[in-house]
Amino acid sequence: MLLEMEHVTITVGQKNILKDFFLTMQEGEFVALVGASGSGKSILAHSIIGITPKNVICNGTIKYKGSILTEEKKATLLGNEIVLIPQNTSYLDPLMKVGFQVAKGKKDKKSLEKVKNLFQKYHMEESAIHKYPFMLSGGMTRRVFISSALMETPKLVIADEPTPGLHKEVAQQVVSHFREMADMGAGVFMITHDLDLAISTADKIIVLYDGKIMEVTKAINFQSEDTLYHYYTKELWKCMPKNGFYHSPIQQTSTEGCPFVHYCQKAKKECVNKIPYFAIGESIVKCLLAGGKKQCY
Amino acid sequence: MAIKGELILIKYILKSGIRMILLILAISIAAFFLMTISPIDPLQTNVGQTALGIMSQEQIEQLQMYWGTNENVVERYLTWIKDFISGDMGTSLLYHQPVHDVIVQRLFNSMGILLCAWLLSGIFGVILGMLAGANEGSIVDTSIKGIAILFSSTPVFWFALIVLLLFSVWLKWFPIGFSVPIGVMAENVSLLDKIHHGVLPTFVLSIAGMPNIILHTREKMSSVLKSDYILFARALGKTKKQILWQHGLRNVLLPAITLQFASISEIFSGSILAEQVFSYPGLGQIAVTAGLGGDMPLLLAVVVICACFVCGGNFLADIIYHIIDPRIQVKGKQL
Repeated sequence: MLLEMEHVTITVGQKNILKDFFLTMQEGEFVALVGASGSGKSILAHSIIGITPKNVICNGTIKYKGSILTEEKKATLLGNEIVLIPQNTSYLDPLMKVGFQVAKGKKDKKSLEKVKNLFQKYHMEESAIHKYPFMLSGGMTRRVFISSALMETPKLVIADEPTPGLHKEVAQQVVSHFREMADMGAGVFMITHDLDLAISTADKIIVLYDGKIMEVTKAINFQSEDTLYHYYTKELWKCMPKNGFYHSPIQQTSTEGCPFVHYCQKAKKECVNKIPYFAIGESIVKCLLAGGKKQCY
Repeated sequence: MAIKGELILIKYILKSGIRMILLILAISIAAFFLMTISPIDPLQTNVGQTALGIMSQEQIEQLQMYWGTNENVVERYLTWIKDFISGDMGTSLLYHQPVHDVIVQRLFNSMGILLCAWLLSGIFGVILGMLAGANEGSIVDTSIKGIAILFSSTPVFWFALIVLLLFSVWLKWFPIGFSVPIGVMAENVSLLDKIHHGVLPTFVLSIAGMPNIILHTREKMSSVLKSDYILFARALGKTKKQILWQHGLRNVLLPAITLQFASISEIFSGSILAEQVFSYPGLGQIAVTAGLGGDMPLLLAVVVICACFVCGGNFLADIIYHIIDPRIQVKGKQL
């Protein structure tokens, strides 16, 4: 197993941002974490890497290749085996030419040659090496990030909202590069709120709501409503333009149990209690009524 | 694109150059008229109360005519500015020497101190500011910040007095004043002597100039370290040293350089007080002497020259920013 997470809880100050998160990921697998903005997705990405501010506390176990990812391990793995694809231009030093940033500040011939090759591979002119970040378009910025990830041979790629602000085709193209990385054998963990994009490229999708996993399902299951089990996932499915753009208002409820207890037509009395995860086929659902028999996790 | 950018830069330089000349002209006018309404009567201060008392009315009138004190103010200013522009700064009433000679000599004295103080405060200010910003919240940070705030609220002349007391009077390490040893022929004064006399004023001025740059750099450093690109640098596995060296310095230095050029004015104003305390015969000291002695030609020349340095500093800060910041350089149109 490339990456395993169990009972990961992230607290910022007094607030629980992420509750009891779990994940298993294999080499070559492309997992997308989907959730609304502000549901703590980015903080999760930063927590795995270990670049969160001091007031963010991350509990639980994160294992990389079977052993716990400690600070010492991160120091050697970051930038080599584990890479981050950040969100936008603000993640580039505004006063440093992008070519040197991709080369991680190195100026030797070998590194620059590699940068040149990567830029060529991602259809950027050689002159882009000497450009400053503000001179790049949104799409180019992402390709610069991808190039910087590929300076070494990454085993785990963590992409934190890599597509906002991009034109649909460009976003598709960026994500297709992630698919290539996965096909080359790297595990890709992409955090996004673009469900469409996730469905079209990822293998597995994790649906997050209010800091909790609602459903873990194969991307292919999104082709029809029937293969989805959770109320929220079904709602998400209905929200998609091709499925009718149907939008139902959901107000946050602060119950121990299912947040959709007032909306779900099948809701029973037990739904207000704490709800375990059930396995249905290869899906994992946090719902009592989805038909899952085997309690898991 | 590059040629167009240069053209825009030249146009910008010309425009601010003209603005600067107008400003200096306005400063000279203001200084001139302030001097004319000053309660200090140049005749009385220079000739002396008693001498003036025993002079006959004709003698006084002759003197007034010679110095032109009874002429129309506007006419006097116009005569002065005409001569000044053509290079004649007039004769100092106090020193009985051409103002030009007095100023050149003093400027030469002051320049060493000012330049050293400016460089020292800039270099150490940036280093200390970076150190504090990089260790935000630590004991290093709080001590540097505390000292910087303490010194920024300390009057220069008071600090100069304390330094004088400590190093000259008690420890006797440095002379108590002047730029050269007393009782030594001018040709026998060595460079070492001059340096020995300049150490304390330079020290005081550098300390006085430092808090500003320290606090600014500290603030900038801590905000740089909180930025997204530092997060990304950390995600790339860069060490703290690499991050500070590759990203911190680069992003802190740019505003620091600008600030340092703009702070020439502060070093100048500080020098007036410091030189007074150390009896150091520099530009600052003659400004005071000329002001109190009603020496109009000398004071005006000092004012104009100081204004040139101050405006020049700000102007340079502006230009340098445009040259070294790649973002402004390319977006030349926004100038």
